[in-house]
Amino acid sequence: MVFQSRSTWAWPYALFMLCLVILPLVLIGVYAFTDANGSFTIQHFVSFFTKSEAVNTFIYSLAIALITTIICLLLGYPAAYIMAMADFKTPQVMAMLFILPMWINFLLRTIATVELFRMFGLPLGEGALLFGMVYDFLPFMIYPIYNTLQKMDTSLIEAAHDLGAKRHQVFLKVTLPLSAPGIYSGIVMVFMPTVSTFAIAELLTHNKVTLFGSLIQRCFGEGGIAMWNYGAALSLIMLIIIGLTSFFGGDKEDINR
Amino acid sequence: MQKSDFIIEVNHVSKQFEDGKFALDDVSLQIKKGEFVTILGPSGCGKTTLLRCIAGFQVATEGDILLNGEDVTTMPPHLRDVNTVFQKYALFPHLNVFDNVAFGLKLKKIDKKVIEKKVKQALKTVGMTDYEYRDVDSLSGGQQQRVAIARAIINEPEVLLLDEPLAALDLKMRKDMQMELRAMHKKLGITFIYVTHDQEEALTLSDRVVVMREGKIQQIGTPTDVYNEPQNCFVADFIGESNILDATMVKDKVVNFCEHDFECVDKGFGEDTEVDVVVRPEDIYIGERRLGEEAKGKDSPWQLHGEVQSCIFKGVHYEMTVMIDEGYELMIQDYHAFDPGTKVGLLVKPEDIQVMKKEHLCNTFEGEVLEDNRVKFLDEEWDIPERVAERFEVGEEVEVEVDFNRVNLQDDEEDGILCGEVYFILYKGDHYHLTVRTDDGDDIYVDTNDVWDDGDRVGIRIAPSYIRLYKKEVKGRPEGL
Repeated sequence: MVFQSRSTWAWPYALFMLCLVILPLVLIGVYAFTDANGSFTIQHFVSFFTKSEAVNTFIYSLAIALITTIICLLLGYPAAYIMAMADFKTPQVMAMLFILPMWINFLLRTIATVELFRMFGLPLGEGALLFGMVYDFLPFMIYPIYNTLQKMDTSLIEAAHDLGAKRHQVFLKVTLPLSAPGIYSGIVMVFMPTVSTFAIAELLTHNKVTLFGSLIQRCFGEGGIAMWNYGAALSLIMLIIIGLTSFFGGDKEDINR
Repeated sequence: MQKSDFIIEVNHVSKQFEDGKFALDDVSLQIKKGEFVTILGPSGCGKTTLLRCIAGFQVATEGDILLNGEDVTTMPPHLRDVNTVFQKYALFPHLNVFDNVAFGLKLKKIDKKVIEKKVKQALKTVGMTDYEYRDVDSLSGGQQQRVAIARAIINEPEVLLLDEPLAALDLKMRKDMQMELRAMHKKLGITFIYVTHDQEEALTLSDRVVVMREGKIQQIGTPTDVYNEPQNCFVADFIGESNILDATMVKDKVVNFCEHDFECVDKGFGEDTEVDVVVRPEDIYIGERRLGEEAKGKDSPWQLHGEVQSCIFKGVHYEMTVMIDEGYELMIQDYHAFDPGTKVGLLVKPEDIQVMKKEHLCNTFEGEVLEDNRVKFLDEEWDIPERVAERFEVGEEVEVEVDFNRVNLQDDEEDGILCGEVYFILYKGDHYHLTVRTDDGDDIYVDTNDVWDDGDRVGIRIAPSYIRLYKKEVKGRPEGL
């Protein structure tokens, strides 16, 4: 019977991926390399790299994403470390408290953040943007690091102590290198979505700051059908950059295993 | 500070966990420089906790630990001159063999060339030359174990602690590593403290064996001492095979068991004292009775007479159970096989009988007399006969005694006044001696002919007429029965 073959079960998923992943990717590619009349062109890429505004926005977005990731790492690692190492009776409770905000849609949370800033009379802008991004993405950094630290064999730490390592040496020579896979996952999970985010930026800066994600969104939203090709080209550029980061990072993770 | 003869001194160390349970209970132990000491016991006996207290991973709640005469009770592990070989090796997965072994030296900021030389030397000691740049995950269990040992000895510690280092290896590998560990101990000349639950391993490796149970040291002695002269039933039962029997010390050098007086070498137990005896199965001489040897008593050349019940080939020897005429079952090991049904005679030499003081003669509890012919002990109320109750005032504190064979165990927990769990079983030839631990953690000893398993949940009952009460101060005549 054909139905008994296990690969048969994969067909719905294959269809799903074909329609919602591969086809859109092909469409992005096609749109990016054609003009409004449908003939081949690389004009969109040329105009992106020659328009300093677009390139600057792109670099700015990368910088914001990078800073967000670094802040998340600096805040998240100690939190994950404390949760994993401390003799809490119920470390899950603390993990839960960090994860809890993720139960609420991030748009709602961002709108609430805007209201908070208003309430305390704080100015919206770059600072608010960073705050909002860190607030939204911190759990994505904490959780993978917490996971790797928690699974780590505690006898490794004892072995390091036993061999003469002081607390900070144990951390630098054993704990930190062994938690690298978690750090990597955390970085990917924070960096990637922050590069392409736009809603947080619009809400928390009152459209004063434009991120790359906003740029793309405008091409499709306000620009009308004429801008679709340019928007597709921008999307493709972003896709390639993100793809490259995860590709290099992926190598690193393999070494650690 | 005065230098001591001992490299390690453990003085009255107790370790109590947060839940109130004692992992170590007043443990004292002295270890000489260069000794190979094994801490032996079943899981949960506190042996690993003791090792971890010496290593510094755990801090004793009471008592102190001296290393080379210096108090190290609360000293963190990285300052102690001891190194540990962990049960699951605990090699650093992100470092190769060389960096794992060099870990301790690199922390000390020693010259690179010296480190390289020492690492090579250490790897040579454990037979792992040429493995320097291998990934630790690519090594077999035995090889990882060797690297772990090399990593621990490279710091040239005064004491090497080994926490069941061979537990994860297969039997053949384990035997090989045992021999190598012994050789390494000789070569390095440092003190080894070795934790294991494997009695054979302990006997093979050590200069001295420390037998532990429930956080307490049961016996410390050379392997031959603990095997030939166990101090109590637990040690006798845990180490090797043994026949443990109830006996009476008739007078010095004469002990009665299996309804027969035996000459023995022990004295000082007093006259007509109840004791336990241990006779190892290989120490009983067995022979077929011929026609002329049917006679018993003084005419028989044999001490005990019986019939072979079963005979199993064990490789080097045969293991037989013999039911002797007086109704006791004995285990015997001999190079010769005797078929089941064979009438045999048995002989035991005086020096092969080990006499041990009984830890308990009967169950004793503290109790309080209540109204309506009841007495309270073990936090439960028990019925007692009216004639016993009327000799005491209500509220009077009394001592309660119950004989081992008068405690009744029920399959169904609901049927008992008290619930407990069977947790230690000793076969005594014609009956089982059980230790039943109640849910409150009290022990009740039970003699029974019924077969129970370790961990069985039981209901405990005691018939009113078998509960004996004594006045608290002067223990006089029994007021019960």
